[in-house]
Amino acid sequence: MSTGHTHKLYRHGSSPVHRLPAHCKIVAVFAFVLVVVATPRAAVWAFGGYALLLVAVAVAARVPPGFWLRRMLIEVPFVAFAVLLPFVAEGPRVEWLGLSLSESGLWSAWNVLAKGTLGVAASVLLAATTEIRELLLGLERLGLPPLLVQIAAFMIRYLDVVADELRRMRIARASRGFTARGPRQWAVLAKSAGALFVRSYERGERVHLAMLSRGYTGTMPVIDRLTAGTAQWAGAAALPLAALVLCLLGWLL
Amino acid sequence: MHVPDGFFDAPVSLAAGAVAAGAVAVSLRGAKRELDDRLAPLAGLVAAFVFAVQMINFPVGAGTSGHLMGGALAAILVGPYTAVLCLSVVLLIQALLFADGGLTALGVNITLLGVVAVLVAYPLFRLLTKTLPRGRSSVGIAAFVAALVSVPAAAVAFTGLFAIGGTADVPLGRVLAAMVGVHAAIGLGEAAITAMTVGAVLAVRPDLVHGARDLRRPLVLRTTRTDAGVAAASAGVAAAGAEAAPADAVEAAGAAGAGRRSARPVWLAGLAASLLCAGVLSFYASQELDGLERVSTDHGIMEREREHDLADSPLADYELRDVDNGLLSGGTAGVLGVGATLAVGTGVLLLVRRRDRDRVPSATTTGAGPNGAGRESRGSDRGDSRSAPDAG
Amino acid sequence: MTSNPSPDVPGPSPDVPGRRPSLEVSGLAYAYPDGHQALFGVDLTVRPGERVAVLGPNGAGKTTLVLHLNGILTAGAGRVVVGGLPVARENLAEIRRRVGLVFQDPDDQLFMPTVREDVAFGPAAAGLRGTALEERVTEALELVGLADCADRPPHHLSYGQRRRVAVATVLASRPEILVLDEPSSNLDPTARRELADILRGLGTTVLMVTHDLPYALELCPRAVILSEGVVAADGPTADLLSDEPLLRRHRLELPYGFDPRSVPLPRP
Repeated sequence: MSTGHTHKLYRHGSSPVHRLPAHCKIVAVFAFVLVVVATPRAAVWAFGGYALLLVAVAVAARVPPGFWLRRMLIEVPFVAFAVLLPFVAEGPRVEWLGLSLSESGLWSAWNVLAKGTLGVAASVLLAATTEIRELLLGLERLGLPPLLVQIAAFMIRYLDVVADELRRMRIARASRGFTARGPRQWAVLAKSAGALFVRSYERGERVHLAMLSRGYTGTMPVIDRLTAGTAQWAGAAALPLAALVLCLLGWLL
Repeated sequence: MHVPDGFFDAPVSLAAGAVAAGAVAVSLRGAKRELDDRLAPLAGLVAAFVFAVQMINFPVGAGTSGHLMGGALAAILVGPYTAVLCLSVVLLIQALLFADGGLTALGVNITLLGVVAVLVAYPLFRLLTKTLPRGRSSVGIAAFVAALVSVPAAAVAFTGLFAIGGTADVPLGRVLAAMVGVHAAIGLGEAAITAMTVGAVLAVRPDLVHGARDLRRPLVLRTTRTDAGVAAASAGVAAAGAEAAPADAVEAAGAAGAGRRSARPVWLAGLAASLLCAGVLSFYASQELDGLERVSTDHGIMEREREHDLADSPLADYELRDVDNGLLSGGTAGVLGVGATLAVGTGVLLLVRRRDRDRVPSATTTGAGPNGAGRESRGSDRGDSRSAPDAG
Repeated sequence: MTSNPSPDVPGPSPDVPGRRPSLEVSGLAYAYPDGHQALFGVDLTVRPGERVAVLGPNGAGKTTLVLHLNGILTAGAGRVVVGGLPVARENLAEIRRRVGLVFQDPDDQLFMPTVREDVAFGPAAAGLRGTALEERVTEALELVGLADCADRPPHHLSYGQRRRVAVATVLASRPEILVLDEPSSNLDPTARRELADILRGLGTTVLMVTHDLPYALELCPRAVILSEGVVAADGPTADLLSDEPLLRRHRLELPYGFDPRSVPLPRP
């Protein structure tokens, strides 16, 4: 959980998937994951179908498998959890290699593992093919309150600046012989966190002054607006619609 | 505690999404009222801070480390509305850009880590700062308790959602016991760090601690020009006069904090909070626990939290392995938890008190060095416990 | 020793009759809400095309003065007039377009995700859209020699480049007067030189707040010393910098071995 925040998942490219407007992609991925979550867990073949759909998208987006799989490491801690479910859950038990496993626990593990993995895979594809800036424009286009989008934009803009300050503080601490070994050093780290907050907040105040100086009155001028044609919407809808067919079949069969 | 996709069924995911959307809408209005057109840049920078602070690893020992979740901290520093916005934005970006936390689980994550944590931490913090004697040590204690309670509260909320739409077939009592037990332990770490971080901000820019704005220091006037400065000086005197009474109160409270008086209410508050936690816990636990043949079970849910601080502590398992009776075991663990909470709380109290006493002669030093570290320098003998890099 | 600027301004730019000053500050006094008074009656007139340095030690009220020029702070007494338009609530938008404020830390100033959006922010806030906006952005970036950086995020630029982009962000609004807060801070010698060349080439009225005295001498024919909230001296930069007792009185100091009389005078 504490790793992975710093590397960006975006992978530059000009594939058809990259060129789709961000809001279409967000809707498509969200609908896809929702369909996946709503699929009965017993329809094992449907999940195989979902995986194939994602592979098709990844091929179209020219995201190399290595890149894709590496980014999916984020779900490792939760895979570990899913593996334990068969031992934890209730219900009739089956014997396997001398282990007593709960049958429903096995199903739960499969359910969480399959849906979670597909969710992460779809999110990684979205992040890999969409620039941060476009993502924000897409969110705004989808009706997220502009103020919230602004907050997100400022956060992303200043994340590196704030992380840099954190890094400098760490180097300054280390240069004076500090190593954090256990809870006894928490006070020092907490002081860094406190200083970081003060610096961040004061920078926020200065940024506000700079914005005022250039005519800010509470709303950001809308310069770019994403637009999507029917063809683009149709292209984006292909993924969730195909998934929906599989899902319905899963419920019916 | 970023919940992935597939953990909750679709209706619960969507319903939590609606709750989160409502909370964000309310927070937007509230925060806009507080910050006006400063909201976007300030909340953006605070969100970046929350994001960054989650990258600071707090070593627990033996090579493991945990990090802050930041709900209580953000609420105390910038107020509940802005805190909910900041946490929501952080979770949104983590889900979209880093695939950390599922897209359909975004509502659940915002509800648990943002809304519930803030809604529990902030009122509790305000209540404690109001009832405790005024002063910095009280703020520290209030922050400690607020953060301590907020983490298990989120775990309780998680269990509630699990009861409605969890996809895994695990008995509810067990989920609750494990979640709350583990998170009570995590809460201790969160609480200590939150209290110390709030203390650090309080020492430098007390005006930036939203939850403790009434603790401002009196202004010091140093006008060099006599002619033109008169107006300013008189204005200043008026201001100082207005501030004088509360300022005295602060000093008095600070002095009292170094003495005996403030200790008892803190103890009582801590006891009450802990008992509340333990009470809720054992209520559910006693309804659901059905024996202890499979003690290893609780381990399951906890395993996920391994990377968190304190997961290795004996309380992480919540139930004692050697006790045969489920109820008794749960109860004992609960009592032990309360005891540990109080012990740590008292330790923090003592530390804060000592620090305050140190501070009385030289008021503005930015906090003495880590007393705890200086007190005992028994070098840690763990070979692999090197400092983990802050940024991943 | 507050000097009255209008009759005896030694500024090199000729007093063109009929052209109103770019900036007129008269009797400006200000106390912060907490009672701390920072300005005690500042008088300053800057004519179009002039480059004026505002020198002063830390805490002299330089930043407070700067924040009055575009109405972020409102004068307690006295007034500020920019190109004939008084700084008042009802014309704040126009005032902020006319006064281009460049802050000390470019990271504070460059708050948008890309350079292009950042440069476009000011004109867009004023209502400009489409190709007109695009032209403004290109024009401003060309003035600072960074047209090819338009699509990069600000934090990928060098510090010197960021400072120049910060200048471009205010140039895009075609300001009446460019106000720079410590423009040379944290710049390496080359970046310092590049910025100086750009500022000299602009032809815009410039007010430069600094305690980098050689930089002031290099760029600004005229300087004022702001000390304890008033203008303590006003004259040709070379004269002020040669007056050692005056500098010492106001906690200003030339770098070791620097002799203002031995360097070529700045071109007006």
